[in-house]
Amino acid sequence: MDVKVKALSKTKQLTGLLDAQDQALVAAIQSGLPLCSRPYAEIGARIAMDEDEVIQRLQRMLQGKVIKRMGVVVKHHELGYRANAMVVWDIPDERVSKLGSSMGQFDFVTLCYQRPRRLPIWPYNLFCMIHGQDKGEVHHNIETLIERCKLDNVSHDVLFSKRRFKQRGARYHRLKPDGDTG
Amino acid sequence: MDKLDKDIINRLQDGFPISDRPYADVAVELGTDETTLLQRLDIMLQEKTLTRFGPMYHAEKLGGAFSLVAMKIPQHDFDRVVDIVNSFAEVAHNYQRDHEFNMWFVLATETPEQVDGINNKITQQTGYPLYNMPKLQEFYIKLKFFV
Repeated sequence: MDVKVKALSKTKQLTGLLDAQDQALVAAIQSGLPLCSRPYAEIGARIAMDEDEVIQRLQRMLQGKVIKRMGVVVKHHELGYRANAMVVWDIPDERVSKLGSSMGQFDFVTLCYQRPRRLPIWPYNLFCMIHGQDKGEVHHNIETLIERCKLDNVSHDVLFSKRRFKQRGARYHRLKPDGDTG
Repeated sequence: MDKLDKDIINRLQDGFPISDRPYADVAVELGTDETTLLQRLDIMLQEKTLTRFGPMYHAEKLGGAFSLVAMKIPQHDFDRVVDIVNSFAEVAHNYQRDHEFNMWFVLATETPEQVDGINNKITQQTGYPLYNMPKLQEFYIKLKFFV
């Protein structure tokens, strides 16, 4: 079985975890949790599901990591985190899993993904987003990562964002990724 | 923003309870009451300090496909290309970055095959090559913006 076939069957298996009622629940909760005393009862009332079942299904999705986390999404710009950079690293393949997990432990790393290199033009295979109050703090955080993860001999590049374009007419009916870089 | 607002933000970035009275449970932890907590969340959502409150999904597990795509666009042609790229409903975010690779966008489609289809259309319409970099592995993040 080649890699592509394997990846597809894995996706199919995972989506198979969600039955029609789970999907109805995901859709009902898409715009957020209601602000009322019994939010799961309120969600259930919209799709004719009782509160206990809503709770059980959501807990199962959380355990199955279909739900990554439950809570608030902050607008980091409003909270004083005004600089963000995508920092990319050229990590030997055999070290990438260990280093990716280590980087995820730092508070200032908000996303961390392995992606394919595009040689010869793009040698980097590990991508992380690093936030800071300003560019100086972002650079300081990168220095901390290099020192603590022993990355002196690893080449890296820093890509600060200049502009974010508003998406007009987002008609895509599925959920969007909640991170900056998908 | 006072101390209670900050405590709410720090506590609620992860681990909101899935129980019959979740706001009351959290209010006890934070030394306040359910009504106050609901009011504060309502205000912070209205003021857009918080952009969303609820579950964050692992999107691939819901059946979608995502990819990060990079392009190198000459400065004089950037605005034209941005308009073309942003005209696709499947483009979820698009950032200009300070680098030779100056355009980075995320595609969200229903199937992995559609990613290639959209990418081909973008190349045809803009005249520039693009570099598709789908996620191979996602590392666990302890997401916290302390305030």
